[in-house]
Amino acid sequence: MAPTSPGGPLQGIVVVELATELTAYTGKLLVDLGATVILVEPMQGSPLRRYEPFVQDQAGPDRSLWWWHYQVSKDALAADLDNAADLARLVELIGRADVVVEAEQPGSLARKGIDEAALRAGNPRLVWVSISSHGAGDPRSRQPSTDLTLLAEAGPVWSCGYDDHSVAPVRGGGGQAGNMTAHYAVMSLLVALLAREERGGGQHIEVNAYAAANVTTEFASYTWLVAGLTVQRQTGRHAAPGPTLPTQVMAADGRWVNTGPPRRGADFAALATWLEDLGVAEEFDEFALVQMGTELEHIGLDQMEANDLVGEIFGAGRAAMFFLAGRLSAYDLFVGLQQRGLPAGIIYSPEELLEDPHFVARGWVRPVFHAELGRTLGYAGAPITFPATPAAALRPAPTLAERS
Amino acid sequence: MGDGALSHVRICDFTGQLAGAGATKFLAAFGAEVIRIEDPVTGGRWDILRGAPPFKDERRGPEFGSGFNNHNVNKLGITLNLRTDRGKQLLAELVRRSDAVTENFAAGVLERWGFGFERLRELRPDIVYVSNCGFGQVGPYGKFKSWGPIAQAVSGLTYTSGLPDRPPAGWGYSYMDHTGGYYMAIAILAALFWKARTGQGQWIDLSCTEAGAALHGPALLDAAVNGRPMRRAGSPHANRNAWPAMAPHGIYPAAGEDNWVAISVTDDEAWVAFATSVGEDWASDARWAPRSARLRDQDELDALVGAWTAGFDRFALAERLRSNGVAAAPVQRPGERIDGDPFTAAWGLWPTVSHEAMGEVRVDGLPVHLSETDWVIDRGAPLLGQHNEQVYGELLGLTTAEIGALRQDGVI
Repeated sequence: MAPTSPGGPLQGIVVVELATELTAYTGKLLVDLGATVILVEPMQGSPLRRYEPFVQDQAGPDRSLWWWHYQVSKDALAADLDNAADLARLVELIGRADVVVEAEQPGSLARKGIDEAALRAGNPRLVWVSISSHGAGDPRSRQPSTDLTLLAEAGPVWSCGYDDHSVAPVRGGGGQAGNMTAHYAVMSLLVALLAREERGGGQHIEVNAYAAANVTTEFASYTWLVAGLTVQRQTGRHAAPGPTLPTQVMAADGRWVNTGPPRRGADFAALATWLEDLGVAEEFDEFALVQMGTELEHIGLDQMEANDLVGEIFGAGRAAMFFLAGRLSAYDLFVGLQQRGLPAGIIYSPEELLEDPHFVARGWVRPVFHAELGRTLGYAGAPITFPATPAAALRPAPTLAERS
Repeated sequence: MGDGALSHVRICDFTGQLAGAGATKFLAAFGAEVIRIEDPVTGGRWDILRGAPPFKDERRGPEFGSGFNNHNVNKLGITLNLRTDRGKQLLAELVRRSDAVTENFAAGVLERWGFGFERLRELRPDIVYVSNCGFGQVGPYGKFKSWGPIAQAVSGLTYTSGLPDRPPAGWGYSYMDHTGGYYMAIAILAALFWKARTGQGQWIDLSCTEAGAALHGPALLDAAVNGRPMRRAGSPHANRNAWPAMAPHGIYPAAGEDNWVAISVTDDEAWVAFATSVGEDWASDARWAPRSARLRDQDELDALVGAWTAGFDRFALAERLRSNGVAAAPVQRPGERIDGDPFTAAWGLWPTVSHEAMGEVRVDGLPVHLSETDWVIDRGAPLLGQHNEQVYGELLGLTTAEIGALRQDGVI
């Protein structure tokens, strides 16, 4: 085995994060990569400390679980920027930092006396990441926006929802506009750090949340860009210019599974054997068609159009999966299909994956001891594991009392 | 070597679809030399997007898939038949000259070809190897198949995107193919940074499902600390916002067919601004002034808001609310945000590339700008084997005759 150096690939890199909602996940990802991240928040505490959910639903600046997750393992500096001494401390800190991450309204830092150009001149290796909702040149960056309004305006919401278009389209959960933005912020600042290794100097990076969501819409954008077609939302599957067949199936325990249709002879053979093993083949009306499917090498769209029987066989394969779903739990359907070479995914609620044997075996959850609760909590694991330089143990997010 | 931020980086790239190809697209846009390896026997069809719709015009075939073009701009493309010994020798030569090897095959494919991490490291001791598959290569589900909707399902993203008493809505696209690609890019770049500082390579076994699960941190803590699962009556209610709690907060009907407007009243001050904008009796009722009341009776409030918004043009209404200090936006169709919004064009978000077969095509750009080493996206995805002469000739030093022989022998 090669030697390992615990701490993550960005160990030694110092990041100053001016705490806002749009910087939080960028800082968190940098923590996951091993950077030292110093949050800067007002003396009375960041407004983010008031984000629900709270421990036992009791509000308090050190009780926000939102804060716990996003600010884990960060250090914090309390600074009021209209106070000259605090401002001087921040300027001194930035003078020895590698990266600044901020999402202040364009122009507002300069008004507070934080002159990026001067700070970069004094620290030429500094990488300065400015995040805004719509880009510095767009007046919408000076107006209020939220995760919901960004995802509505930028495309993800248009693609998401139900076949019934009298029901409102849906915004995917989990604050993903901020996450999309953070992914691009981190990718870009890693490019800048690599460039710095080659060239020596830092630079300014502008990250645009609205643009990030615009280019995180897959088919919707390039179907318009190349073909001028507009995709339409469909329940539980890809939005598309025309309707497609359902892929989600409810299992016998009321939970859902996402499935892919059988297309190969081997898929049909696996389904036929499974139906027989469960002793339910005779109850399934289309079993003979499934058996015929075992003779086919692969079912393509063109074959279905050319031959009605192939279309019927294809339909029977889907029906077989739906029939099995009525007799199995979602978990047994998911694992059973996958073990037989058919792609499928159980639709977990987030907390359910913590108990899943695969996540457990990979040791994904990360333990964090909370003295105030007297117990260790399982935090979301790091999205990436670096074997040569594994992540350090996590520390709880900074409390008001722990700030410098 | 060019003058891009990553012009000093060479990637030996087996990625496909969006979850892999999206990662190396980002690197290529910053000047990395990404050499995409494709199988001449199957015509590069291990990437299902080669030849898949949508199409720019009536032409069909492996050079006309626009998703493939979108995800593979600015890359080089070579063919290489890894069933042959000579093909394996050439891959070894390429690995020796590369900083990273990237792939998103099902688990174990590269190993079966004889190019597992140990072999890669023999060839190039400081190699960065990033494999990316739905469940990661190690663990009970290591052999399971996956694509975006499956990774989304297992990671909790599909469940949390839905309305009460309805099935999960999912995302309507492969959000985790995008996001898996983002994490893959982060993995490659961070590992290259570590290599630049220490000379050490490594193998990163990326799991898209884990990357997706990492996007639910507060939900996991709410379950652990408060014993409150997301799977409970009335949950999820994805257009509402519990963290932080806001009301009204939703997607409401607007004038016209399938037109909607998103409104977030973030706090009490925004409520006053919203109520003033509405200007109707119900909105000025003191009953709605406290956030706690708006949250408690959200169903009733949403019905009032929806009845009010339904008569308005969504663009004009959102603009009015925004200028009054209320977060609001129209739900935009693709054409509206791409061709109807001058700011996305001004950003350069839809660059035009020149593709050898398709001609001029617009693609997704990047939502970032770097002051000193910005990205460039100008070349279309490579045709099958388009850069064989360049890579086998200039990089590996083969003569034109030798390259011709490789082609005749079915090696490339």
